[in-house]
Amino acid sequence: MNSKNPTVRTLTQIALWVVALIVLFYVLFPFYWAVKTSLTGPAQLSSEALAWFPTHVTWQNFRDVFAGQPFGRNLLNSVVVASGTVILSLLLSALAAYALGKFRFKGKSILMYIILAVSVFPQIAVLSGLYTMIKTFSLYNTWGGLILSYMIFTLPFTVWTLTAFVREIPTELEEAAYVDGASPLQTLFQVLLPVMTPALVTTGLLAFINAWNEYLFALTFTSDNTAKTVPVAIANFSGATIYENPFGQIMAASVIVTIPLIILVLVFQRNIVSGLTAGAVKG
Amino acid sequence: MTTTPTSSRPAVRRTRGLQASRTRVALLLLVPMLLVLAAVAGYPLLRTIYLSFTEYNILQDPAPKWIGLGNYWFTTDEGVGLGVLQTPEWWQSVWNTVRFTLGSVLLETVLGLAFALIINSKIRGRGLLRTAILVPWAIPTVVSAQMWNWMYNDSFGIISQWGQKLGFLHTGESFLSNPDTAMAALVAVDVWKTTPFMALLLLAGLQTIPSDMYEAADVDGASPWTQFWRLTLPLLMPALLVALIFRTLDALRVFDMPYIVKGNAPETITMSIYARQELILNSQFGFGSAISVMIFLIIMVFTAIYVTSLRVRFD
Repeated sequence: MNSKNPTVRTLTQIALWVVALIVLFYVLFPFYWAVKTSLTGPAQLSSEALAWFPTHVTWQNFRDVFAGQPFGRNLLNSVVVASGTVILSLLLSALAAYALGKFRFKGKSILMYIILAVSVFPQIAVLSGLYTMIKTFSLYNTWGGLILSYMIFTLPFTVWTLTAFVREIPTELEEAAYVDGASPLQTLFQVLLPVMTPALVTTGLLAFINAWNEYLFALTFTSDNTAKTVPVAIANFSGATIYENPFGQIMAASVIVTIPLIILVLVFQRNIVSGLTAGAVKG
Repeated sequence: MTTTPTSSRPAVRRTRGLQASRTRVALLLLVPMLLVLAAVAGYPLLRTIYLSFTEYNILQDPAPKWIGLGNYWFTTDEGVGLGVLQTPEWWQSVWNTVRFTLGSVLLETVLGLAFALIINSKIRGRGLLRTAILVPWAIPTVVSAQMWNWMYNDSFGIISQWGQKLGFLHTGESFLSNPDTAMAALVAVDVWKTTPFMALLLLAGLQTIPSDMYEAADVDGASPWTQFWRLTLPLLMPALLVALIFRTLDALRVFDMPYIVKGNAPETITMSIYARQELILNSQFGFGSAISVMIFLIIMVFTAIYVTSLRVRFD
């Protein structure tokens, strides 16, 4: 790589470029294929399924997804459930992270171990218990039932990550607030939270993506489109329609739910990479 | 705690009082989070463990009936084993999960390391590359499962087409429909989806290695190959280990992707899919809970190994 011979250097660069192009193709091709399929009309799908480029670009599948399926309702369910989950998790974990990051008390490390343990919970291990609980409280097939169940994976994650951020905030800020006679809650909401905004955005975004993508609980705790979220709708598409090949519509629905995520990820990519690695390396 | 035995020095008492009141505040701040966590994790887990000791068909039985360890190990008078640990379906799902985990984690590590090394090299456009590899990660699992389902489609799928042209498959066959290659086909989906995550973790590790170490190695005349094995890999070990264990835990509890692509097919059913099949599709809350408990135990053993081997410490 640091060879002084210019030919060797050029060759290395070319080899790297070839490998990079292969990687790019590997990573992007399935997504391109989904977009291409979504733009192929149902009449052409069988004959053009294997063509590399769409010949007659049509928005037919995108219209059908909303006209023939309750996809709008599914989208609304997903937005409400994922946002509700994020808001609730951030609120609860901001309080907890303040306590865990700035206060000293006995049993703190045990508590951290418990939270870590919950974050690796296999969701299936609580499925039957949660199911009976959700039935008992009449939360089955409701937004509330899903938001509550999603707490099991968002809450440990947000508590963990926010605690790491709170620990980094200089103690002087908090002491100044204490001297000024601020209550702990005032200190948290008026002094610490403004400093934590970037952390809250990153953590909230990652929690949102996780909640948006959740499948097992959404599949198990909903029965019809009152609360069915987008992943369940997309997974159940096949066979639910009388078309010979619903893949055009499935791909259209897939593109609709993926584009916003890709935009979010590209806009916040730096935060996401640091958030992912911070969360992972620290547990 | 506020009535700590008298101390002659008031200053000490004041700090103790302050300490006690701070502990109280901390507890109050933690209570809401702990209550929710107890409601969604603690109680349901205990309930699942309890149900695993009962016979309970949720559609037919009015209440769970205690049968002790029967769901785990029970042999009828005719010598038929009915417990989870005696059923071939359970062991099949364990075997499938192990194959899935080994295959995907191994490939993701090797490929992820390769991706990370490329992005970390002095190639132009590496920013673009790093952005591009975030795309599979950003695509919801359900969506990527359906995308690959379409590419695997036996008559209209592009990958089946390639496989048929290259002679791996018969006409009208796909890697998914062939029971021998179905698991490999699922591993391929997982590798595509998760390698980027692995690459990002390893990239972060690579960037902590100071560049002057490579300069020193260059001066000593070490070849890039030697540098990789003697320098990069050992220094990358901690990041690699963390990523490995994270991926292993994820793969062991995998549910959504294989379920959407292959449903309950015996050749690819994983532990989690088997548990849900018994719990929800067959309404066997007792037996299904026993399977869940087994999965929980397996995951917890792995987590314990993780925490101790990496010496994770807090505070």
